[in-house]
Amino acid sequence: MSWGSLDEFLAMGGYATYVWGSYIVSAVVLAMEVVLLKRRHRTLRAGAGRSSQQTDNLA
Amino acid sequence: MALNWFKYSSPQTFYPLAGRLIPVFAVLAAVLGAVGLYIGFFVAPTDFQQGEAYRIIFIHVPAAWMSMFIYLVMAAWAALGLILNTRLSSMMATALAPTGAVMTFLALWTGSLWGKPMWGTWWAWDARMTSELILLFLYIGFMALQASIDDPRRADKAGAILALVGAVNVPIIYFSVKWWNTLHQGASISVGRSPSMASTMLLGMLVMALAYWMYSIAATLMRVRSIILERERNAQWVRDLAGAPA
Repeated sequence: MSWGSLDEFLAMGGYATYVWGSYIVSAVVLAMEVVLLKRRHRTLRAGAGRSSQQTDNLA
Repeated sequence: MALNWFKYSSPQTFYPLAGRLIPVFAVLAAVLGAVGLYIGFFVAPTDFQQGEAYRIIFIHVPAAWMSMFIYLVMAAWAALGLILNTRLSSMMATALAPTGAVMTFLALWTGSLWGKPMWGTWWAWDARMTSELILLFLYIGFMALQASIDDPRRADKAGAILALVGAVNVPIIYFSVKWWNTLHQGASISVGRSPSMASTMLLGMLVMALAYWMYSIAATLMRVRSIILERERNAQWVRDLAGAPA
């Protein structure tokens, strides 16, 4: 292991901005995709069976 | 063969199957991701040239690989939908595009953050980066084109043509570091040559690539389920889902 302490780990040898900037954005983007996918499916399931004919007439 | 593959080409039978598969791939993604990050941060040594900045590799290369691989899979499903006229194939292509775009964006983002400390620039118009940016535009173009056409079957066909034409870009991205003089380094691993990195670094990268792969499958299956519900909303079986547990 390359780290003596938590501070050393977080400092990433002086590259903290670049390393954590990559990891945090990747984690947030992927988590956001999952949240949006779950929400989309939940909404569709809630609407399933509810007079879908009506939405067709409106379109 | 008793197994009938065409049975699963019907959206109605694939919908519950996908629902059962999602947790499997989600768990695989989480476990592989945890193991990969552990190897990446606590087992893999500091790079003698790049210091700790190289640790971006554990998410940069997997995202870049998936961005290209997803495009090829998307084009293959689109082609299958175009040739066989199977609805589910086209839905798979549509479902893959946003995740492919996400992977492309992440490859560009992490690459930019890696390029700044190593090359002194966030961006360069060299072959590797430019062709990867074109890949992002292809994904966005595919989604925009499909969204602009009201009739789903026509949207499928138009999207398939775009996906197939755009597929030539993938080998250009992959071989760009060989064909042109680029700022980007050569392939980290390639067939017939031993990898140019420490074995624990390579292991971390491969485990993370598998995690990204499993994630992409889970996300695509989640999206294809929504697409099935949208397109089949007037089918009796979708109406019968009302009240049933999701």
